[in-house]
Amino acid sequence: MSVLVGKDTRLLVQGMGKHGTFHAIGCREYGTNVVGGVTPGKGGTTVEGFPLFDAVDEAVRKTGANVSVVFVPPPGAADAIMEAADAGLPLVVCITEGIPTLDMVKVDAYLRGRKTRLVGPNCPGVISPGEKCKVGIMPGHIHKGGSVGVVSRSGTLTYEAVAQLTALGIGQSTCIGIGGDPIIGTNHTASLKLFNDDPGTEAVVLIGEIGGSAEEEAAAWVKANVKKPVVGFIAGQTAPPGRRMGHAGAIIAGGKGTAEEKMKAMTEAGIHVVKSPADIGAAIARVIKK
Amino acid sequence: MKIHEYQGKAVLASHGVPVPKGKVAYTADEAVEIAKELGLPVVVKAQIHAGGRGKAGGVKLAKTADEVESLSKSMLGTTLHTHQTGPEGRLVRRLLIEQGMDLSGSREMYLAIVVDRAAGRPVFMASSQGGMDIEEVAAKDPKAILKEVVEPAVGFQAFQARKLAFGLGLPGALLGKAVTFMQALYKAFESVDASLLEVNPFLQTKDGQLIALDAKVNFDDNALYRHPELKELRDFDEEDPLEVEASKFSLNYIKLEGGSVGCMVNGAGLAMATMDIIKLAGGAPANFLDVGGGANAEQIKNAFRILLADKEVKAVLINIFGGILRCDVLAEGVIAAVRDLGVKVPVVVRMKGNNEEKGKEMLKASGFGFATADDMTEAAKIVVAQASGTR
Repeated sequence: MSVLVGKDTRLLVQGMGKHGTFHAIGCREYGTNVVGGVTPGKGGTTVEGFPLFDAVDEAVRKTGANVSVVFVPPPGAADAIMEAADAGLPLVVCITEGIPTLDMVKVDAYLRGRKTRLVGPNCPGVISPGEKCKVGIMPGHIHKGGSVGVVSRSGTLTYEAVAQLTALGIGQSTCIGIGGDPIIGTNHTASLKLFNDDPGTEAVVLIGEIGGSAEEEAAAWVKANVKKPVVGFIAGQTAPPGRRMGHAGAIIAGGKGTAEEKMKAMTEAGIHVVKSPADIGAAIARVIKK
Repeated sequence: MKIHEYQGKAVLASHGVPVPKGKVAYTADEAVEIAKELGLPVVVKAQIHAGGRGKAGGVKLAKTADEVESLSKSMLGTTLHTHQTGPEGRLVRRLLIEQGMDLSGSREMYLAIVVDRAAGRPVFMASSQGGMDIEEVAAKDPKAILKEVVEPAVGFQAFQARKLAFGLGLPGALLGKAVTFMQALYKAFESVDASLLEVNPFLQTKDGQLIALDAKVNFDDNALYRHPELKELRDFDEEDPLEVEASKFSLNYIKLEGGSVGCMVNGAGLAMATMDIIKLAGGAPANFLDVGGGANAEQIKNAFRILLADKEVKAVLINIFGGILRCDVLAEGVIAAVRDLGVKVPVVVRMKGNNEEKGKEMLKASGFGFATADDMTEAAKIVVAQASGTR
């Protein structure tokens, strides 16, 4: 079993430029049913065997797409997400990095009251390895089907955790990269809800980083609702305050958002917190053998 | 991106926010000229990208032209140490010469606009306790900070400004002015894509004027592409030269004080995690360095140049999770960089991805004595030992 994406996913790619096309091929090779792409002005043509459409609603009508992945560059990315929501797609995964925060404020407002769920932006995407469905830019080959859910703000750190699991023979139900921006669609807590309700997920890896308070909120939710074991790691334990660590969201400001606070909140919620990023896989192995 | 106070005030003024009259001076002569234009007294304010200048002696009143000259001479070229500059302080290169305000009978308050990530919306904040470190106020008495969440579709409304104005205890006679002031501030925030806009102190004078006595404006880096005119405001002197150099190559580099292990990593989360594991292994990371998703040979070379410009770096850990990137391509880049740049410090490489084994063989065969490791723990242990000279 999986969450968000799986064998029934019919994927539409928004922004079939060089980058988008490259990853559309990657998704298809992994096993995802990629039904087409949207590039305004290229409707009616094909690229690498993918039919292209001018608009998302037209593409949805003609292909039955139920998920879109956005590769549109920052100036048009917010517009692309809203277009997908307008077309009624239940899930939009936005890979684009560098969208202005005030654009995301508008997107966030636009999505309220609509049934579209957004994952990202500035994320690697979502993958359900047991169902051979990859929606994003992650390396598929490091994944393995199984029953551990992974949710993380970062890209390569998620790959690191996944590789540790796979090396130990532990497969994943779904891995959700939620993105490193200040304003994102699906957050840690929302991802945990999905995993908690998924009978195919028996344990969860929660990877956070400094900045904001999403990890603390997730910890509170775990404490109140989650019976499944959760392993947690917070990146940025050595980060100095006031400096933005790559991700726009990763900044300790006003003494808030430190790794220490987050780890404390998670530990108090019964989450198995590891200090070393190299111990994530082993910690999951311990908790699921109980 | 951060800018100076005088630039921030110009941004506010252009959106109709009242600010004191003033101009920037680079020399004492210019300062005197400006003071004569404005009329005495004036305030001489050191322009650095850090708060806490008043307490550190970077803001002084000058009553005569001679005082303007002597204060300007003493401030320009000196290093100012505030609680925000770190121990190294900041060199003062520019001064804001501003008309002196009559502060008798005035009130200092606080206004700020930021995007609240939990709410997903801008939040307009106000506090009657201006002039102070707002973070202290927030910690001691969170209720002293009033908040109005802005609905993005309609923007900051007049009733919200009125709520804040009443909350601040402004008299009814100033209500109209307060609403105009705050709405102008919000307009500025929105139209320049600010990530933070802070007016501290927000001054109410004895004669009923509302003025932004100080201004801090930070821009959202992701939005700078649509504000080419704002890019011009960047002051490279205020930034670490290595960080500036790194940004030219799309490398995200941040120097950390007191570290000896240089790190080169792809991805911000993994880069932070690598710093953490170095610390856990008993070492100290010298930097944060994210080479980005497409870590190609050229990027590796540029990254090496920047890392090695820091003389405190005694060993380097490269931690690349390739995924799509091929490790043999990466190894080639590392070898070329070490050869071309004459890298003298030990280099530990930990890489994952396609053609991992081939990449490792290439590193071994290169004769540069690279240490390789399969997992992060092992890599961190080796590099920390090397940095401390025990291996």
